[in-house]
Amino acid sequence: MNKLVKLFTIFISAITLTLASISSSFAKVEGEYIVLGSAISLTGKYSSNGVHTQNGYNMAVERINKMGGVKVGGKSYKFEIIYYDDESNPKRAAQLAERLIKQDGVHYMLGPYSSGLTKAIAPVTEKYKIPMVEANGASRSLFTKGYKYLFAVLSPANQYLEVAIDLAVEKNGGKPVKIAQAFEQDAFSQDVRLGILDAAKRTGSEIIIDDKLPKELNDMAATLAKVKAVKPDVLVVSGHTKGALTAIRQISEMKVDVPMLAMTHCDAAKLSKQHGKKSEYALCASQWHKNLSYKDKFFGSGKKYDKDFKKEFGYAPPYQSAESSAALLVFKDAFERANSFDRDKVRDALKTTEMQTFYGNIKFGPGGQNVAKPMILFQVRCKGDVCENKVVAPTKWASDKFYHPIPKWSERS
Amino acid sequence: MDFLIFKAPMLMVQASLDGILLGILFALIAYGMALQWGVMNIINIAQGDLVILGGYIAYTMYLAGIHPAWGVIVSPIIMYFVGWALYKLVINKVVDRDLFISILATFGIAIVFQQLMNFIFGADVVVAQSEYGTTMLFDNSVTLPNSKIFSAFISVLYAIALVVYMKKSRLGRAIRATAQNARAAKILGVDTEKVYAATFGINAALCGIAGALISITLTLHPYVGLPYTVRSFMIVIVAGLGNLPAVAISGMGLGLFEEFADYILGTEFRIGAVFMLLVFILVYRRFKLSKKREYLK
Repeated sequence: MNKLVKLFTIFISAITLTLASISSSFAKVEGEYIVLGSAISLTGKYSSNGVHTQNGYNMAVERINKMGGVKVGGKSYKFEIIYYDDESNPKRAAQLAERLIKQDGVHYMLGPYSSGLTKAIAPVTEKYKIPMVEANGASRSLFTKGYKYLFAVLSPANQYLEVAIDLAVEKNGGKPVKIAQAFEQDAFSQDVRLGILDAAKRTGSEIIIDDKLPKELNDMAATLAKVKAVKPDVLVVSGHTKGALTAIRQISEMKVDVPMLAMTHCDAAKLSKQHGKKSEYALCASQWHKNLSYKDKFFGSGKKYDKDFKKEFGYAPPYQSAESSAALLVFKDAFERANSFDRDKVRDALKTTEMQTFYGNIKFGPGGQNVAKPMILFQVRCKGDVCENKVVAPTKWASDKFYHPIPKWSERS
Repeated sequence: MDFLIFKAPMLMVQASLDGILLGILFALIAYGMALQWGVMNIINIAQGDLVILGGYIAYTMYLAGIHPAWGVIVSPIIMYFVGWALYKLVINKVVDRDLFISILATFGIAIVFQQLMNFIFGADVVVAQSEYGTTMLFDNSVTLPNSKIFSAFISVLYAIALVVYMKKSRLGRAIRATAQNARAAKILGVDTEKVYAATFGINAALCGIAGALISITLTLHPYVGLPYTVRSFMIVIVAGLGNLPAVAISGMGLGLFEEFADYILGTEFRIGAVFMLLVFILVYRRFKLSKKREYLK
């Protein structure tokens, strides 16, 4: 009996081992498919942005496959993505990255959603020397660790609102301004804060309120009361969607008058829809806007991407989707230039990427961040009860004039 | 450290009013917790999640075009049955066990509720608009959102109604009897099973009211329940069980403490200060208790 069990165990382990070795030796390119892996937040607190990311990836895969796929060594290949749900949990994301690489034999990775999860996965991909193109991790600390296999198509977090300070100084006749700021205590928001500190130093501006919002916070009344008392020239808020929604709610209810209000995550929070006219004049940092004039042959222009995405998924693409689509274009370009499936050749090709996509120009700096694309600012403007995001900076793409200063609440209807 | 608040007296007024209005709302949630803690000896970790679910009921009404303030009537009715069902499904299995089991069970319920809400309502942060406007005091230097005043008013109203109900009604008397001595109440013919179910239902209903009020004053998200659990736990610890005036005072005190901690220590220490206070109070209570014991000896 005992012998039988032993024999059986040996037999089973032999089979598993064979299967494992077979799958890993074929999985990077299976037949005519190039297999990419991604851990993505389909449940948990990041699930809405996780789905935006996934839709962006899927849209690009479908488009590239339909338009001839990826040509390597004279043969045409198609993209395929293996997804796992990371439950918005960094530990789980790191486990899944291991699983994708070791069990599924994936040799090329796409990033997850959010800086925190990207931070959890990057050490794993780095350890196994797996090139990862990510589209949703903007934290500056991702690009200062000396990662060699990490490439980000988006601008780093510290650039998000720097432009806003420059704009405030410009509106102040080139003189330094007084800044009030409130940032959530997470990797991303704190990086946005570092950007503001740099900009303040550069312009000689003074930071008169510097609040750090705890993660659980949903009440900013104290910060805003201080803002009312000290009257800064510009108020900067960054705390993901919750921060944006809380700020607008309480600014409008407490009638806080500031000449300029700059934020992040306005479009993810659907600010203009949820708060309507109360959100008017808010200035928002964005990675992308459909009105920008970038072009590529797969998606055409931003406007066309917007239209196609709406048709496919039934809602207007937030920038999280656009940048995710761009990640696939980068991979395709790198594979074709490397003309090989060798991981290191693909990585070297990624490193020398220099291209234009509908999402913006892409060129990677030494840390893997995209250095070729500026951030844009849009301002919420309303006509009647319908509010829209209008690009106001940089001037090259501005469709509307930046409205400054924000009228006082007593003058707003 | 920032002493701006001491330089501007208006900020002091603003902070105090903000703190008190918020504290009253916390007190309502805490009162529900104190009630079922006292009656059933269960610490409900899912308290905050029941609050958020109540908020989502009001938000759903808002999406359907009904003013979210009606949520303070609809939400408690629905939540009463949610609480009742929860008791029948889970809580009745743990009600006689020790505290640790019930904490585990309600912790599990909290996770299930979070995921369910995430599944049904999505992970987006949402707000319902009351359009109640703002009350301005002292020449516009102190501003109070009417939605916050409304929510404090409704909280007080419901709290008074509940006290009267507990004093006068048959069920109220049965609940109080069970809280004092469950076994004796049972012998005297009180259906304690029914009393427990009703108590849990009433607690959930109170959470429903608070949730509806939070949907128009703050923000809703499937995962923000825990801070409400912690705050109500804290209030109950300070006030003791089954003492409504103490719960109300302790709630307002906590609101004030939070606001002033925010101004003086900085926003980043706002929640941290609450936890520090919790530790301090627990240690102090223990200290006092041990003294008393010596005296009795």
